[in-house]
Amino acid sequence: MSHIIEVARQQVLEEGRGLTEEQLLEVLRLPDESLEELLALAHQVRVTWCGEEVEVEGIISLKTGGCPEDCHFCSQSGQFTSPVRSVWLNIPELVEAAKETARTGATEFCIVAAVRGPDERLMTQVRAGIKAIHAEVDINIACSLGMLTQEQVDELKGMGVHRYNHNLEAARSYFKDVVTTHSYEERWATCDMVKKSGMELCCGGLVGMGETLEQRAELAAQLAELDPHEVPLNFLNPRPGTPFGDLEVMDGRDALRTIATFRLAMPRTILRYAGGRELTLGDLGARDGLMGGINAVIVGNYLTTLGRKPEEDLDLLNELKMPVRELQKTL
Amino acid sequence: MTRTPSERFCGHCGQDRAVGHHDRCDRAALLEPPRHCAACRRRMVVQVTPTGWTARCSRHGEVTGEPV
Ligand code: SF4
Ligand SMILES: [Zn+2]
Ligand SMILES: [Zn+2]
Repeated sequence: MSHIIEVARQQVLEEGRGLTEEQLLEVLRLPDESLEELLALAHQVRVTWCGEEVEVEGIISLKTGGCPEDCHFCSQSGQFTSPVRSVWLNIPELVEAAKETARTGATEFCIVAAVRGPDERLMTQVRAGIKAIHAEVDINIACSLGMLTQEQVDELKGMGVHRYNHNLEAARSYFKDVVTTHSYEERWATCDMVKKSGMELCCGGLVGMGETLEQRAELAAQLAELDPHEVPLNFLNPRPGTPFGDLEVMDGRDALRTIATFRLAMPRTILRYAGGRELTLGDLGARDGLMGGINAVIVGNYLTTLGRKPEEDLDLLNELKMPVRELQKTL
Repeated sequence: MTRTPSERFCGHCGQDRAVGHHDRCDRAALLEPPRHCAACRRRMVVQVTPTGWTARCSRHGEVTGEPV
């Protein structure tokens, strides 16, 4: 039995205190033989500090492609020769997507735009979209519109946006290798404003981008310091034409170790399976992650890539006897 | 898989299906909508929604699909 697992059992499971960066690195270095035990502990931590429920969310791209930023993992940057073309969704299509999402039993609908930050055209579309969704669909609305000004934070809060997504993307020490058009500090500043506004902050990142284990532990520790309400964990899906397009897909066991590590860093957060899980972990991975610290999923498709059928995830939750979180409790 | 003559180009990489190998493309196609028109290889305008997708070629119209 491994020492760090016993330390985590006491510190995280019993006392609810997340592991430190050094401790997280020890977890990431655990051998494959310890993986099962590690995932079991992460699951216990999740059930103890978050409960049995799993939060289900759907996402939609309101404005796809043509982004001026150069995040090296992203097929929507206008700086690479990615095959993704620019397109805007209209309001009736947006409302329809919200309805599709609500029909799956999801309580969250996240509206995403590929931008550095919202301009007036986007804010106008978001305003109209949120109003139309609120009038017709019973669902919480989240937004992910890039970096914000304080005025925009206040306006989104006023519109009834209850959660805002803005990822750190990478550890501070690796950020410059991932993005050069804006800084880690700028991202942090938006996250900070969102948190102070009273909107729930959703902030995560990607792993499998060529970072070291030290940097993976660093990202988990920096997220824990920020203490977001939700942490979406993405595994790099190498997109053709992007600077990270030729990287290897992350090993499934490393992905599972990362999930457990993030849970041991943040015992109380909503830890969401986001992009890349189908590729990294296959069908089995959905189950292993949900039994290893994950307590939220994105159902259906992503922004530019496809996911599993919503019924597959919902059947799995049913089989695992994990209740789907209902709307009234999240309001 | 048999393909009709109108499916001349690979929806994933946009190259001629008769040239080179597209096994990797076909596997990738399980997790993403086509980006190139099969008839003319133009880049299509693709919109993904939670439970479906549409891909539109300015010349050859729209194809749609469901999640995998
Ligand atoms: S800001 Fe967002 S949409 Fe733009 S390149 Fe970066 S990740 Fe992609
Ligand atoms: Zn091809
Ligand atoms: Zn065409």
